[in-house]
Amino acid sequence: MDFGSISPVLLLASLMVAATPLLLAATGELVVERSGVLNLGVEGMMITGAICGFATAVNTGSPLLGMAAAAGGGAALSLLFALLTQFALANQVASGLSLTLFGLGLSALMGQGYQGIKPPPFPELHIPILSDLPFVGGVLFSHDPMVYLGLLICAAIWAMLKYSRAGLILRAVGENHDAAHALGYNVVLIRICAIMFGGACAGLGGAYISLIRVPQWTEGMTAGIGWIALALVVFASWKPERVLLGAYLFGGVTVIQLNLQAAGVAIPVEYLAMSPYLITILVLVIMSADRSRAPGSLGRPFHASS
Amino acid sequence: MLKLEKRPQPSQLWIYLTPLIAVLATMAAGSVLFAFLGKDPVVAIRTIFWDPLFSEFAFYYRPQLLVKGAPLVLIAIGLSLGFRAGIWNIGAEGQYIIGALTGAGVGLAFYPLDAWFVFPLMVIAGALGGWAWAMIPALLKVRFGTNEILVSLMLVYVAEQLLASMSLGLMKNPEGRGFPGSRNLQHYESAHNAELITGTGMHWGVVAAFIAVITAYVLLNRHILGYHIRLTGQAPRAARFAGVVPARLVLFCLGTAGALAGLAGMFEVAGPAGQVSIDFNVGYGFTAIIVAFLGRLHPVGILLAGALLALTYIGGEIAQSQLGLPAAAIQLFQGMLLFFLLAIDVMTNYRLAWQRREVA
Repeated sequence: MDFGSISPVLLLASLMVAATPLLLAATGELVVERSGVLNLGVEGMMITGAICGFATAVNTGSPLLGMAAAAGGGAALSLLFALLTQFALANQVASGLSLTLFGLGLSALMGQGYQGIKPPPFPELHIPILSDLPFVGGVLFSHDPMVYLGLLICAAIWAMLKYSRAGLILRAVGENHDAAHALGYNVVLIRICAIMFGGACAGLGGAYISLIRVPQWTEGMTAGIGWIALALVVFASWKPERVLLGAYLFGGVTVIQLNLQAAGVAIPVEYLAMSPYLITILVLVIMSADRSRAPGSLGRPFHASS
Repeated sequence: MLKLEKRPQPSQLWIYLTPLIAVLATMAAGSVLFAFLGKDPVVAIRTIFWDPLFSEFAFYYRPQLLVKGAPLVLIAIGLSLGFRAGIWNIGAEGQYIIGALTGAGVGLAFYPLDAWFVFPLMVIAGALGGWAWAMIPALLKVRFGTNEILVSLMLVYVAEQLLASMSLGLMKNPEGRGFPGSRNLQHYESAHNAELITGTGMHWGVVAAFIAVITAYVLLNRHILGYHIRLTGQAPRAARFAGVVPARLVLFCLGTAGALAGLAGMFEVAGPAGQVSIDFNVGYGFTAIIVAFLGRLHPVGILLAGALLALTYIGGEIAQSQLGLPAAAIQLFQGMLLFFLLAIDVMTNYRLAWQRREVA
């Protein structure tokens, strides 16, 4: 056993990297759920984004184009969910599940022939002065741009929900869609926009895994991160600032678990690999005491009769 | 303009029509997909849906229909009870794995004892294992109000890790020359879930699946508990006034689903699969969700849907070896089926009507 090999700087820096896909996907899902829609297809949209981004980056040589394709792929898949739930008024739980099953199959099919390829590397952002600071520079300021984009999106959503009129409308639609409809808001359109935003974010999160974190393509590589992102939204009581906290917490668990595996702790690898899922369950149990924070119309179908 | 109008009563016609149209639409969309992959769509569809039943070599594939269909039907019957009551157990894959582990565990513990009671004990252990695994989300939901969807799903990943750990450690074959995986139960007479009639694919799991279908049918149509399940799904508030205890229903639905999934896993590991190995589970627990919905959550429907999905598994394998169709294409095909089903299902509760635009 060798704990001395674990460097605190690397540990904290890799924590931020491990947390980013979760942060992106969970922030997207938070917006979807605040609009009153429960999309259980996060895992499917993430894995689709992962392969869309990977294939595009490999074929064009540009990781940035890959990220854009991932967001597009995730949003396109979420549009299917929007069609099912907003126009065909299908059950949201079943539709989300079908999206995940569909996305897993689609990504496996698209990923044929991309196994074992290395994607083009993402340019590391070197911020003058800040990146050179001792300790802080290594932990906070020497990441790829996506880490900061994730933080930026989360902060923007926080500000939007708290201060802007758009945020108020989104919350109104999520809390009580009949009232919002009576006020003249286009509930269906707003929800479709929210769903597509969620899809784009999940796609980015997936591509972050396949292009930066791992970086390569394997079938089913998201391994439940989409589901953990869903749990994270519950953990966060539907608040963006707590999504950030939760994502870093889970990032920490993942990183420590991986580091313990590498350090050769006496616990078998399989039991360490279980830990993020077990901790998710534990967190869900603790958080479910307070259910009052869930948006009022969450998961209920909306059909304007007049 | 064209608008959706709520029907006063769900359409009986569309309830039966929806799955048929969904299957046809999936075949059509699948043909496009196969053409896109450079395969002749007609040949591909024929290979998947016709050849396993009626081709020259169908005698080899037909038994597979029972072998692949039994776990799907067994799991889907359990899931459908919960789905009817709005209790979403989507972790059947995990319960299936745990059932296989506990079932095989009992069998391996008795090795090489030759006794009649080994197999029955394995059946009980498998059911109990799946039941216990499903009780985790059930008890957490009842006691703390935790979301059973997320907990049951998280437990799938935990179960997969447990499976890996078992096949590499505790249950590894001591005479396996270091290869992962347990002893092959097919070579252990007392624990083997053998074919009851040679060459038919009929094993105890198939018998259990038929019993489950009949029991579920009687339960839902003739028993107060089944009535409570249906009532809770359609009108939760009314159900509570009628004296239904939601907690008891959660425990029953999740527990039954877990026990059936565990049984499915146990019959699989003792029969067709033969051993505990890392890649033992092939996603029956997730495909069963499609089976349950395609069967309209009705026991007889599930039986038919299970046969159809089993057909896509078998046909998919044939298409893989003969046409070089990727396995993922079949997975996608199955996913599309659920999509179309959910989309077309709108016609059950709504109808299209021309409505002139008027001033509000």
